[in-house]
Amino acid sequence: MREYSALSLIRNAFNGNRDWQPVWRKPDPKPAYDVIIVGGGGHGLSTAYYLAKEHGITNVAIVEKGWLGSGNVGRNTTAVRSNYLLPENNRFYEHSMDLWEDLSHELNYNVMFSQRGCLNLAHTPAQLDDYARRGNALRHEGIDSELMTPSEIAREVPVLDMSRTARFPIVGGLMQRSAGTARHDAVAWGYARGADRLGVDIIENCEVTGFLRDGDRITGVQTSRGEIRAAKVAVAVAGHTGPVMKLAGIDRLPIESQVLQAFVTESLKPFLDTVLTFGMGHFYVAQSDKGGLIYGGALDGYNSYAQRGNLPLVEEVMSEMLALFPSLASVRVLRSWGGVTDMSMDGSPIITTGPLPGMYLNCGWCYGGFKATPASGWCFAHTIARDEPHPLNAAFTLDRFYRGAVIDDKGQGATPNLH
Amino acid sequence: MIITCPYCGPRDLSEFAYQGDGNRKRPDQASTNQKAWNAYVYDRLNPAGEHNEIWQHAGGCRRHLAVTRNTLTHAISKVAFAAAAGPKRSAARRKQGKAG
Repeated sequence: MREYSALSLIRNAFNGNRDWQPVWRKPDPKPAYDVIIVGGGGHGLSTAYYLAKEHGITNVAIVEKGWLGSGNVGRNTTAVRSNYLLPENNRFYEHSMDLWEDLSHELNYNVMFSQRGCLNLAHTPAQLDDYARRGNALRHEGIDSELMTPSEIAREVPVLDMSRTARFPIVGGLMQRSAGTARHDAVAWGYARGADRLGVDIIENCEVTGFLRDGDRITGVQTSRGEIRAAKVAVAVAGHTGPVMKLAGIDRLPIESQVLQAFVTESLKPFLDTVLTFGMGHFYVAQSDKGGLIYGGALDGYNSYAQRGNLPLVEEVMSEMLALFPSLASVRVLRSWGGVTDMSMDGSPIITTGPLPGMYLNCGWCYGGFKATPASGWCFAHTIARDEPHPLNAAFTLDRFYRGAVIDDKGQGATPNLH
Repeated sequence: MIITCPYCGPRDLSEFAYQGDGNRKRPDQASTNQKAWNAYVYDRLNPAGEHNEIWQHAGGCRRHLAVTRNTLTHAISKVAFAAAAGPKRSAARRKQGKAG
């Protein structure tokens, strides 16, 4: 397959775009592979890419029940950041940031990674103290983070009402300048193309209906397109971890599937060049390159696999947006949608060997999985190839909940709807 | 989504607070079985389909409700007072002559 370049763009512009090749093949499944990855989302695709690239394991199949990009990788609000609190999370997400920064070049595919910064607004002195603590934790790890005063914020984000008469006056903020956004579909397609070019078979419309076993050991999958065998079966299905693991006989996990909604407005002239989070509620917003505002808030708050959300939450998110930007009251919403998130009991992910022999599990992304896509695949590939975790994901085990080693960034306890 | 509270009648979702998976069994208070406590605190059934769960009618009668709801369609097939389904600890304690 040809490299993309400025030259190929120009050539195709002059010949009616007749020369473009399909971005990945559509192979039929072979009877056996070295590794099967269940789930063709961002994490499954990046896992396959890094298995092939970093570990030389190219006899790999990704089985996806729908089409690529039909799940959360195409439903998120595209923010990328690494501003956590606890060292396990900070190191992991910063590794992801390092991979993001070179991703378009590495994949020869423009993922439109835009480091436009992410500013968390503080509305009370106590909240600003808390942000200072988080900023210090980040700088301690060598991760960029900057506490901002109201006058600095007023200069950088002039659209904000910085007066004392604002509905929730802004007293400061925490900025991560290396954070930003990426085009989510391009991330899926870029990794798919990268994996395909290294020999990985991407098998779409192929639903896993059961696991093949030899005693306790998993030896492959039954799918809607027949049996496929592999010595190693890796599961990266995010919100559908519960039903898929149930097929392997694991009926209880420290995971709850809940719906997160997202919204986009009609296009507006550029007025917001950073990712903003509101401190008096759960609300975040960025303006896309097309001009639409992409935003979201909290989870709907109860178990759901519906991929659509409820109205009370829509009302709450809109009211939060208007508390921050009263001027947006007449802007029309174009679309809203929902994705099924895999909420873990401590808000942190699981990337591990097991829980059965021959099986590997990647889940628990809560609603922060998109930014993790590169590092998740990178660490999961290492875990699959070496049969042991990389130091960056060694803490993200399944048994941490039972050993008292939870990684609870928010200090919220086992309340998945509040993480 | 509308939940029909056995006490107040059909009410909007916004009046209710979600209390999570109703399939979990709290071990006896005196139990020192760590596995059972771990399972109670962390493990979830998380089905795609019928789910037994606890809701509180926080904006109404404040009773806790045992609700059976389909997590794919949000169709609610059963609502009852949660207290009737679980152990009546307070009644047992009253019989022993203790408060609460």
